[in-house]
Amino acid sequence: MSTHGGTPLLAARELYKSYGRAEALRGASVELAEGEILALTGASGSGKSTLLHCLAGIVRPDDGAVVYDRRRVDRMSEDERSLLRRTEFGVVFQFAQLIPELTVLDNVSLPLLLAGASRPDAHAKAGEWLERFGALGQVTARPGQLSGGQAQRVALARALATGARIVFADEPTGALDSLAAEQTMTALVHAARETGTAVVLVTHDAQVAAYADREVQLRDGKVVGAPGFAPVSASASVSASASASASEEERA
Amino acid sequence: MSTRHIVLGLLAAGPSHGYDLKRRHDERFPQARPLAYGQVYTTLQRLVRDGLAEVDGTDADGGPERTRYRATDKGSVELAQWLGEITPPAPFVTNEIFAKVVVATLVAASGESADPAAYLREQRAAHMARMRELTALKTAPGTDLATVLSADYALNHLDADLRWMNTTAGRLAALTEEINTA
Ligand SMILES: Nc1ncnc2c1ncn2[C@@H]1O[C@H](COP(=O)(O)OP(=O)(O)OP(=O)(O)O)[C@@H](O)[C@H]1O
Ligand SMILES: [Mg+2]
Repeated sequence: MSTHGGTPLLAARELYKSYGRAEALRGASVELAEGEILALTGASGSGKSTLLHCLAGIVRPDDGAVVYDRRRVDRMSEDERSLLRRTEFGVVFQFAQLIPELTVLDNVSLPLLLAGASRPDAHAKAGEWLERFGALGQVTARPGQLSGGQAQRVALARALATGARIVFADEPTGALDSLAAEQTMTALVHAARETGTAVVLVTHDAQVAAYADREVQLRDGKVVGAPGFAPVSASASVSASASASASEEERA
Repeated sequence: MSTRHIVLGLLAAGPSHGYDLKRRHDERFPQARPLAYGQVYTTLQRLVRDGLAEVDGTDADGGPERTRYRATDKGSVELAQWLGEITPPAPFVTNEIFAKVVVATLVAASGESADPAAYLREQRAAHMARMRELTALKTAPGTDLATVLSADYALNHLDADLRWMNTTAGRLAALTEEINTA
């Protein structure tokens, strides 16, 4: 599936996950290369968030494998998975989910302190990341005083500050207007490129997906275009004739 | 798109030669087709004919003689009127993608070989690839604002197409059924 050679950093193979009678994932497979920015798109209810949760070790799939760096995430204990999420994975949701009682600086410092950093070191590093995300002016503010875009940039700084190798972001710009979304996405992409961090970005917005290197589209819990995905009326020759006529138009 | 009004607008900055107008046009509209010099020249001729611009003088400075043009008062009034005029919000929907999906559905319903769903998937991939290029262009460090504006414009229109394609992909079964029962 991946356009990159070599072993993927993260791979999901044939994932199945049901919630009661709702089949959220029905054999979804996806690979993420080192440093790759991948967009997961698809209609509401197509299984994007469920796939992201399985990849990030938040949810355990009913069947299939999630392999990160040769380790089976889906077989890890709860403690192992939460260690992974504190150290090597960063997660950002649609609403920043910052801790309201703490200042911005302390919010970003917290995962560093949990990982064993001293308070001065944690503050210094948190400051650097806030600067990168253009949020240095808000270090002493509480989350309640931030705009949605500012809060998202703080949440991204928090996710990246621990040196995460993969950031998982579920609709990180879903509550933002287009200019705030642009600032947030530009900051995320530049930071990810500089540090070689891979990103899994869930979005239903094509303009946000266009920041990624590659798009994987989900429909009904499966990856569109993957082997085993059944289009409405399948025929290879027909699809080839559709693209042939498209290029004829261009020549005309 | 009214080249004459754009040229009139560029003349508002002060008297200019045709070549300067072309250069400033191409700078301001970086994603648009560059103005051909011949097109600038015929546009200026027509503006003069209609009394919207006039010859301001000529310069030679060593090279070939070049005519300088300036807008007239009538030209300024015409420009102000054009700038305030509301563009009809796209009353006629005639788009190639739209036409292809409808025709492909008709053809498929009649038993011939056509696959609107496959066409939509491939068209969508082509749109996404172009949107990635435009996004990379617009967010590259040091990109000038004229490029950002035109990339934004293109991105929003491609996005509108994409959203229509997504919705339509979800309506294909119903569309085929309607055609079959008609
Ligand atoms: N915790 C849950 N409990 C019950 N059903 C769930 C749960 N999470 C997801 N589902 C169901 O699984 C399916 C896929 O949901 P998921 O949230 O992964 O979709 P999504 O693509 O992220 O949608 P959206 O764009 O609306 O966020 C849906 O039918 C949903 O109702
Ligand atoms: Mg979701």
